[in-house]
Amino acid sequence: MLKLFALTQNEIVKLWLKKRFYVIILILLIIIPIFTYAEHKLAQTNAEHFPDWRNRILQQIADIENTLASDRIPEEWKRGRRIAVQQLQYYLDHDINPSEPSGVQFTREFLGNSVTLFIPMLVLAIGSDIVSGERTGGTIKMLLTRPVKRWKVLLSKLLALALYVSLTIAATVILCYLISGFVFGYGGWSAPVLAGFKIEGSSVDSASVYAVPQWRFLLMQAGLSWYSAMTVAALGLMTSVLLRSTAASMVSMMAAVIAGSILSSMSSAWTTAKYLFSVNLNLSGYLVGTPPPIEGMTLPFSACVLAVWGAAAIGVAFRVFTKGDILN
Amino acid sequence: MNEPVLAVRQLCKHIKGRSIVDHVSFEIGEGEIVGFLGPNGAGKTTTIRMLVDLIKPTSGKVVICGHHVAKEPEKALRYVGCIVENPEMYSFMSGWQNLEHFAQMLDHADEARIREVTEIVQLEDRIHDKVKTYSLGMRQRLGIAQALLGRPKLLILDEPTNGLDPKGIKELRSFIRQLASDGLSLLISSHLLSEVQMLCDRVIIIDQGKVIASGKIDELIKQAAGHVHWVLGSRDAGVKLLSSDNRIKVLAGTESADDACGPIVTAMREELIPETVRRLVEHGIPVHAVHRAETTLEEMFLAMTERDTIA
Repeated sequence: MLKLFALTQNEIVKLWLKKRFYVIILILLIIIPIFTYAEHKLAQTNAEHFPDWRNRILQQIADIENTLASDRIPEEWKRGRRIAVQQLQYYLDHDINPSEPSGVQFTREFLGNSVTLFIPMLVLAIGSDIVSGERTGGTIKMLLTRPVKRWKVLLSKLLALALYVSLTIAATVILCYLISGFVFGYGGWSAPVLAGFKIEGSSVDSASVYAVPQWRFLLMQAGLSWYSAMTVAALGLMTSVLLRSTAASMVSMMAAVIAGSILSSMSSAWTTAKYLFSVNLNLSGYLVGTPPPIEGMTLPFSACVLAVWGAAAIGVAFRVFTKGDILN
Repeated sequence: MNEPVLAVRQLCKHIKGRSIVDHVSFEIGEGEIVGFLGPNGAGKTTTIRMLVDLIKPTSGKVVICGHHVAKEPEKALRYVGCIVENPEMYSFMSGWQNLEHFAQMLDHADEARIREVTEIVQLEDRIHDKVKTYSLGMRQRLGIAQALLGRPKLLILDEPTNGLDPKGIKELRSFIRQLASDGLSLLISSHLLSEVQMLCDRVIIIDQGKVIASGKIDELIKQAAGHVHWVLGSRDAGVKLLSSDNRIKVLAGTESADDACGPIVTAMREELIPETVRRLVEHGIPVHAVHRAETTLEEMFLAMTERDTIA
């Protein structure tokens, strides 16, 4: 037990000294101001055209309904838009501005948008060489000839990875709030957000909709993002064990993640795709009631799919790592 | 004799149907320095990796201080310090951080021990610099420091003199002797045979996965056919007579008139010399000089392994 703690400490120190986390902070420090600026510009234009946010929502609804009248729009797309109209209407009826610009609101949007691609990328930047790097560096021979069981070595790596994934999510939230708050103000914690839209076919069941203060919503969203990110981390650990080269493990994982996000945006008729892990990463989408990429997907379903993928990846990683010969 | 520090019994490894290591057995006692020799691809590295649980044997076993390596590696490896191939450490960390890292993986290696091994390998001045700024020799020494951290009973060094300058090699040699006199057993693999001859009490020679010779170096050399140089009055008649004996192999002296005055070099056992001299004299060939050339480990090694590669 004590040994496992010491081993995890080792892995944390190594990841820290590799300066991976600095890189992640640096990326966030570059990306977030860019999006803040874009959001600021958008808010400015909106404010010019629609001094009252209600008018903007009405205009949005009218725009969507126009496209719904067109025959050229595929039926699948129309379904999503019908849902959006009903949600906007609901916000309007309850006199809640769905996008009152504030630091918290921006953070919420940024997190929601980054969970399918950006955060997995950061996670892989930390974790994809966690085992393969030891192989290419040759240090695995030192590591595995010490009087420690191999599963403990890998578990310590997994724990260190979990810590850094958590730190990455936390850093994203904190930096987002601090940077965007500078422009939009640091308020918005208690602004209400509607959650719990139930989508059935192309209609929204608003019976179970409830308003939560934005801070709680953000917390729920961060938790779900952490869950997705941990699944990606587990898969990254597996590819890092299976593939000798760090580049190969990084590229294959990124390919899987990108393929998933393309598949979800295709709103595909291929329903078995819903069992792929990367289609299920956007867990917080269920909270705000965005229609799922493939019909029949729900929050518990996606959480289960991710759990199965994550557990299988960890199983394979441990199996191969503890049994495999170190030949190079 | 006590229980051997390292006992290897009938060790085999097959990779993809090919036999890499084939029934290798040997033992190392306390305080012994044993050389592990073999040409490239002989199965040396595979064997060493099986000793330290990097590769699981197909059959056979490795026992270190009474613990079965494949079954309870965390107990057996407590007694082993090793450098497998290059001394690869984390280059983005300082030497000290590397030692701290590996000390964490052991039970009784505290800061005082880290300082101690740093002094043993004389790396005090640079220990806080990043490993990527180290020379190969310094990395080698850091590797040895790491291997010594846990006060092992067996030290396995793979090509330890690689990348060391002559001064470094000399220092390493006296250092290894010092360690052995303190009761540490060493298994040293090297391709520098003169190095092994100077350092080791005993050698194990493997080729194509099999142990082809093992024992004390001087005994092995005595058994091997030595080179005997003959300077005879009648060269051609001498060569003819010498080659008529199938226990004697004429290696040089037959070819040309260029070195007509040079000696005839033969490979033969030294017990045959008196008898051969008598026969030469009986045939009226004057013997001017007979010289027994000292066989080096290198010559013996080449003779042993070359035969096998041709076959």
